Amino acid sequence: MSANIIYAILLTSLATFLSRFLGVVSSEGIKETSKLFKWFNCLAYATLAALIARTIIFPVGVLIDSSYLSRLAVVILSLIVFFISKKNYVYPTIFSAVSMAILSNYF
Amino acid sequence: MINKEFFLKGYKSILKHDSPAIALGCCFIAIGALLKNLGFNIQESVFSTMLTYALPGSLVMAESLLVGASLLNIFLAVWFVNARLYPMAVSLFPLMMHESQPKWKYYFSCHFIAVSAWLIMKSNYKSIPKEQRIDYWIGIGTATWSIAVIGTFIGFFSSEYLNKDLMMGLAILNPIYFLCMMVGASKTIQVSLSVILGLLLGPIFYFLTPEWSILLGGLVGGTIAYLIGELNVS
Repeated sequence: MSANIIYAILLTSLATFLSRFLGVVSSEGIKETSKLFKWFNCLAYATLAALIARTIIFPVGVLIDSSYLSRLAVVILSLIVFFISKKNYVYPTIFSAVSMAILSNYF
Repeated sequence: MINKEFFLKGYKSILKHDSPAIALGCCFIAIGALLKNLGFNIQESVFSTMLTYALPGSLVMAESLLVGASLLNIFLAVWFVNARLYPMAVSLFPLMMHESQPKWKYYFSCHFIAVSAWLIMKSNYKSIPKEQRIDYWIGIGTATWSIAVIGTFIGFFSSEYLNKDLMMGLAILNPIYFLCMMVGASKTIQVSLSVILGLLLGPIFYFLTPEWSILLGGLVGGTIAYLIGELNVS
């Protein structure tokens, strides 16, 4: 198991670094005012949004055991807290953890 | 070598009101606890965070190990889920490229590309002179990276005190923080549309192909947003 863990860590970091490194190498020929840069900017934001939606709707790990309803409630309530607190990032974040821990008991 | 003033300025960005420190730290506390439960020792857990430093990738690795997936499967699964780092790098590094800076800084600091550091840099780069942006970025990256390592360490040793409800709370915290940051960053038509379309298309594509859903959602959503934005300008 232990040797496997070390190989898994090394392969995971290699697979992760690959995308980062290739991204930097590709960046060398791209100007920040170019259309290609703007397109990649849109791709990055859309990919992150897709990842966030997937993490919440089709989670892996411990969130699998929480109900859709409780996750949806936490997302909506946290966004309300975000706007009420004049776009503060810390309050909704803490609120989400506390409300998720409480709601997972009931739903 | 590295401009100390801008490095520290970047490092201190985690103390600001939009700091990812709490969200990031809590997520890696959850990762630390998860890795311990999987049979990792403290060195393996900390090295995993230091070397990978990408939350979804670490989660996928943990899940794959749990179901006994092969090393090739782990590599491919992590590569798929972390391929988002490629467009993130391409949409960030051209903002920092400067001929007076040595290339090793860029190659070395690409390791810090992760959602939290990326979003901080994206919202602050205009206030930093282009020549110094890479040093500022290394400061942000070092700060977020050290929080991740400390979080893993704390999570590993506090795993027995973390029950399932608390773990759920820690797990939801990160996507909520990112969601708020993305909503906060949606100031142009292209970015707003990218975020909305990504949020919608990611889960829709999941029904067709779970492995490719993030990349397809990003590619299709981002391209539509780009084209609509360009049409709007012209």
